[in-house]
Amino acid sequence: MNFNTDFEKYIARLADSNMIMGQRLSELCSKGPYLEEDIAISNIALDYLGQANMLYELLKKAGGDKHSVDDYVFHRNERNYYNLLLVEQDNGHFGKTMTKIFLYSTYQKILYSYLSKSTNDDIKAIALKSIKEVDYHFKHSRAWVLRLGDGTQESKVKIQDSIYELWRFTGEMFESDDVENNLISENIISASNTYYDEWSKIVNETLQEALLTEPENVVMLTGGKKGLHTEKLGFMLAEMQYLPRTYPNAKW
Amino acid sequence: MVTKEDIWDLLSEIPDPEIPAISIVELGVVRKVDIVDNKYLVSITPTYSGCPALNRMENDIKKELSKYDIDFEIKTQLFPPWTTDWMSQETKDKLENFGISPPTKIVKCPQCKSSDVELISFFASTACKSMYKCNSCLEPFDHFKCI
Repeated sequence: MNFNTDFEKYIARLADSNMIMGQRLSELCSKGPYLEEDIAISNIALDYLGQANMLYELLKKAGGDKHSVDDYVFHRNERNYYNLLLVEQDNGHFGKTMTKIFLYSTYQKILYSYLSKSTNDDIKAIALKSIKEVDYHFKHSRAWVLRLGDGTQESKVKIQDSIYELWRFTGEMFESDDVENNLISENIISASNTYYDEWSKIVNETLQEALLTEPENVVMLTGGKKGLHTEKLGFMLAEMQYLPRTYPNAKW
Repeated sequence: MVTKEDIWDLLSEIPDPEIPAISIVELGVVRKVDIVDNKYLVSITPTYSGCPALNRMENDIKKELSKYDIDFEIKTQLFPPWTTDWMSQETKDKLENFGISPPTKIVKCPQCKSSDVELISFFASTACKSMYKCNSCLEPFDHFKCI
């Protein structure tokens, strides 16, 4: 399954990042540290899957209705998935999961606020819908970063380690390439590299308040937007896609 | 002859699957009823993008309208995004009587009406609600999030 236009390629990136983020978080359903947090994580996962679904519907429309949403999700291999490397990383401990949601939801808040000004009505509608949900993901994960950073010695060490571990995957969010160029000139999207300053400001302020250190001079790992992934994604897709591939057209 | 008003009346009879105290019309999920090519076109909008109740609502609409000789189609529309601002005061009162604190800026306990309340979590049993505890009567309760 190939995406022919830049529009499709760009939408696939957004859809895939939400899909993988949602699938990863779903792994924690019924395994949260306590009931309220279990419910919170499952709700956040559901929002990501919902946002992914809206974007895949748009992809389906752009691709002339040749594929179904399930085709996109279950019948593409990792080289044809275009999500950010950050979202495919494993959940690790609770602090790592919250760090990941915080880094990603801060980025999404900025992304969607720009996309809500798009000249494309479908993108605009999806962005306006999603931004309200992301706001809660941001508030929730930010509160946890503060609590764990300014918490016990152990929680501080653990969340600081997660920040060091995940930081190398953040550069990719602000990477622009040829796929974006035409869409920018038509005012359909804005360039990813323009989001960095706002993102950095919010993250920097939060880490300072949480008494955490922002990593410096980190070599960024990228490739997700071109289908080049870390080893984590393949295992995840294998589990997620096993049933529909082994039993095509299986129904509940 | 079935009129648009009749369709609205029928839709107003369908309860929200998760909060049966209010109807899907009162919730603001039904946006429009139009006549297109001699067919009724019912437009619905999701509360939250991943709301699992939307499919159920669509099926409930199908079931209700199929009881009558009505030619119809259901369409999902995303814009304008659903907001709790569309809820009338009457609907908010119904929620409160049902035990859910309605979407207002000042959160009050639906049991004892105290505003000495504490947020437990932004997320609760459904996507549209958050969880609170009342410091006066000590009862936990759901609050409908303002979005």
